[in-house]
Amino acid sequence: MLPTIKNTLNKLCSSVALAALAALLPALSLAAEVNMPQGVTSVSRATYKLHMDIIWICVAIAVVVYGVLFYSLIRYRKSKGAVPATFSHSTLVEIIWTSIPFLILVGMAIPSTRVLTQIYDTSNAELDIKITGYQWRWQYSYINGDGEDVTFFSNLSTPREQIGSLFDPSVPEGSFAEKGEHYLLEVDEPLVIPVNTKVRFLLTSADVIHSWWMPQFALKRDAIPGFINEAWVNVEETGTYRGQCTELCGQLHGFMPIVVEVKERADFDAWLAEKQAAAAAAAELTNQEWTMEQLVAEGQTVYTTFCVACHQVNGQGLPPAFPPLTGSVVTTGPIEEHINVVLNGRPGTAMAAFGALLTPVQLAGVITYERNALGNSVGDLVTPIEILQAQQAGQ
Amino acid sequence: MASGHDDHHHGPAKGIKRWLFATNHKDIGTMYLVFSLAMFLLGGTFALVIRAELFQPGLQFVQPDFFNQMTTMHGLVMVFGAVMPAFVGLANWMVPLMIGAPDMALPRMNNWSFWILPFAFTMLASTLLTDAGAPNFGWTFYAPLSTTYATSSVTFFIFAVHMMGISSIMGAINIIATIQNLRAPGMTYMKMPLFVWTWLITAYLLLLVMPVLAGVVTMMLFDVHFGTSFFSAAGGGDPVLFQHVFWFFGHPEVYIMILPAFGVVSEIIATFSRKKLFGYDSMVYATSSIAFLSLIVWVHHMFVTGMPLAGELFFMYATMLIAVPTGVKVFNWVTTMFKGSISFETPMLFAIAFVVLFTCGGFTGLMLAIAPADFQYHDTYFVVAHFHYVLVPGAVFSLMAAAYYWLPKWTGNMYDENLGRVHFWLSFIGINILFFPQHFLGLAGMPRRIPDYALQFTDFNMMSTVGAFLFGFSQLIFVWVVIKCVKGGKKATAEVWDGSHGLEWTLPSPPPYHSFTTPPAIK
Ligand code: HEC
Ligand code: HEM
Ligand SMILES: [Cu+2]
Ligand SMILES: [Cu+2]
Repeated sequence: MLPTIKNTLNKLCSSVALAALAALLPALSLAAEVNMPQGVTSVSRATYKLHMDIIWICVAIAVVVYGVLFYSLIRYRKSKGAVPATFSHSTLVEIIWTSIPFLILVGMAIPSTRVLTQIYDTSNAELDIKITGYQWRWQYSYINGDGEDVTFFSNLSTPREQIGSLFDPSVPEGSFAEKGEHYLLEVDEPLVIPVNTKVRFLLTSADVIHSWWMPQFALKRDAIPGFINEAWVNVEETGTYRGQCTELCGQLHGFMPIVVEVKERADFDAWLAEKQAAAAAAAELTNQEWTMEQLVAEGQTVYTTFCVACHQVNGQGLPPAFPPLTGSVVTTGPIEEHINVVLNGRPGTAMAAFGALLTPVQLAGVITYERNALGNSVGDLVTPIEILQAQQAGQ
Repeated sequence: MASGHDDHHHGPAKGIKRWLFATNHKDIGTMYLVFSLAMFLLGGTFALVIRAELFQPGLQFVQPDFFNQMTTMHGLVMVFGAVMPAFVGLANWMVPLMIGAPDMALPRMNNWSFWILPFAFTMLASTLLTDAGAPNFGWTFYAPLSTTYATSSVTFFIFAVHMMGISSIMGAINIIATIQNLRAPGMTYMKMPLFVWTWLITAYLLLLVMPVLAGVVTMMLFDVHFGTSFFSAAGGGDPVLFQHVFWFFGHPEVYIMILPAFGVVSEIIATFSRKKLFGYDSMVYATSSIAFLSLIVWVHHMFVTGMPLAGELFFMYATMLIAVPTGVKVFNWVTTMFKGSISFETPMLFAIAFVVLFTCGGFTGLMLAIAPADFQYHDTYFVVAHFHYVLVPGAVFSLMAAAYYWLPKWTGNMYDENLGRVHFWLSFIGINILFFPQHFLGLAGMPRRIPDYALQFTDFNMMSTVGAFLFGFSQLIFVWVVIKCVKGGKKATAEVWDGSHGLEWTLPSPPPYHSFTTPPAIK
């Protein structure tokens, strides 16, 4: 009786093991497509080579170790009458299998050191770009060369309906819009850099630690508040590349993608000039007359991009962490305090100082919007000029 | 579970008092083991919430913030609640039996170090019921996310970590005191079973690094409540300092979870190969060198923080070096099986799977040590796959192996071998479907700790989730086997296994309430 059960069990086990192996094979062929990308820089190709080298070394060691292991398991089974040997010690063998791995490691350390040294050489860059992490978006500033004035935010642009109602309660429950090709890997304004140019990145953060990762460049570096990290890239192919933040940075950590567009030098120059012109035009706008409708319309865009994550689309917030703005003392009280909170934030809380992040037009818009939408109807407004004055008075 | 022998005036107290006021190493060991099994199931439940959410793209079940609470609680519960207490439980049960002692050296402290734990974890878990929710900054709780930007639960978290730390330190002191003072005459250090050796080294590591963990959470406490700026650049501090202090604890911590596992597996492989462990001395030296090296490699977790080149190189070389003594261990195990007489009872199946799969985790560890390559791997699913290969088929499989190996000794009954094998095979298959695809996810670019992902990651995430549920529910079989074995079954002999060796097998199964009242003779 018992032996039959045991037999069936053994058969069952081996067929399950075979099935698992059969399932593994298509997985392995799929794996060839999802290996580490070779990327588009000399560093990324060197990294890929290190990666493959170390994999093959591991495979070679595995063949030997697993070979001996499985040979022993099959050959020296008690059920086949194996009699145990009595040896238990050999200094020579121990010395051999300590020194061979050591030598292999030295062989691996040399190319790794070379690549690392290359990665650390940030000298002679032609263009400097400052990358600042914010909860939960990236800011790019062209701080050198011709692009003196250009600074912008890069936000997730995947429509909220694609992510679902748990992400944004204003999306009808259970309704999922069909997901686009670049779901979660798309932004409103990508970082643009010229091809075949050594670009230096200066990374920092305005709040918690973020990490800027672009797999195709083999570039990952932490953005740390209060400190500046350096990294560089020289991309050899034009195109659009996608990555993500890789350091846990709060609730929307999974929703701050990175998109880089690499353009021909001439296209890049044209793009930069256009950006500078737009920045100048935005400065003009500050001095212009603004009506309530214009401000509310401007404010709505700003609010959806910068404020909904915490205060929610309808202004209800997520108490107790994030207060509601509908009917709040601040948004319905004296406008000076409202301006003050938005410009300077509330130190020590998640409410950031938006004065440095947004333009006067955006600030005037969002404050006016909060007072006259989201269920509030105070009826007053603040103009971009007044914001500028408040900022200057504050300094 | 333990008594039954004719020591009426020295038997256990009756009812709940036996457990509340327990000073007996076996009772306390049992409580540790039951507690850690409960925590394993709790932490596993959190993991299944994570995996369910990741089954397909889009947010189906939980909000991003709750997702972060789940990863954090899963990590904390598994590390501090499941694996560490389980090994302390094994030490409590087995160290006195293996060195020929009557009990642990410090029985009252032993009671306290256990009873702190349920309170610590109740406090930690209770934050799930508050409005602010549980800690959501990952088990590595990097500042300033865990200080300036944390919710009020961080204070409970800090207090809970302090309690766990005190418990571990007391546990370690007790184990050191027992091993160094209560060995039977003639049991020299180089005659101690390897499990005892690995625990002795682990206990010293614990003493070295748990105070550092206590230090780092205390600095957080001051930053959060008393206006200091250890980790805030705005006040002259440095967020990276946090990571240095944390990983000075954190890296040795992973060896704290794996060294006793090495000990367990060494015992089991020798028994079921019916041969002496190959290279006992070199095993002891390898364990000591791993423990030493584990203290000087912590920055390999911080390769992308922007360390100077020289620092980066030092920690890369030191980390690669750890592969050497680790390799020695694997070679010794394989050579122990070579020319043995091998049988495949459940403990041996788990031990063999340990050697095979832990070695996989070792390979990916070696890959991660190559700093430039780590720039690609860091904080992706590749790392998740790596540390789960060393923690689950590593630490957890060794614990399963230990449980099957010593259950007959503890209860006096044989467990159900067929159920044990079913448990093994389902776990083995489940774990590989669960974690193997995660290597590919990481290489293809999926960051860790994200609740939603881009479409190209869907297939492997689905596989992984299927494996997670298979593995998770298979563990209920283990619970069933244990309950069945405690209740009854074929009576176990004193030796239990025909290849067994060591003092614990000279006592009847189950052993008397006070293990060795007269010291045994050592050959
Ligand atoms: C990261 C989350 C977050 C974001 C994004 C955010 N806020 Fe806040 N906000 C908060 C928190 C938290 C508070 C409450 C601070 C406190 O405890 O005093 C707050 C408070 C406020 C208040 C005061 C409300 C009151 O009743 O005290 C206003 C007004 C406000 N925010 C406006 C904005 C605007 C405008 C934006 C977008 C430009 C914005 N917030 C974006 C988190 C956020
Ligand atoms: C049932 C088996 C398990 C499953 C399905 C599982 C699954 C997971 C998942 C999905 C994550 C989140 C990864 C991420 O998003 O970064 C995770 C993280 C983690 N797991 Fe597990 N796990 C299991 C067992 C274990 C065990 C036994 C341990 C420890 C001994 C462990 C330790 C960890 C740690 C330390 C983390 C990191 C937490 C963090 O990111 O802060 N896991 N696990
Ligand atoms: Cu992030
Ligand atoms: Cu480590």
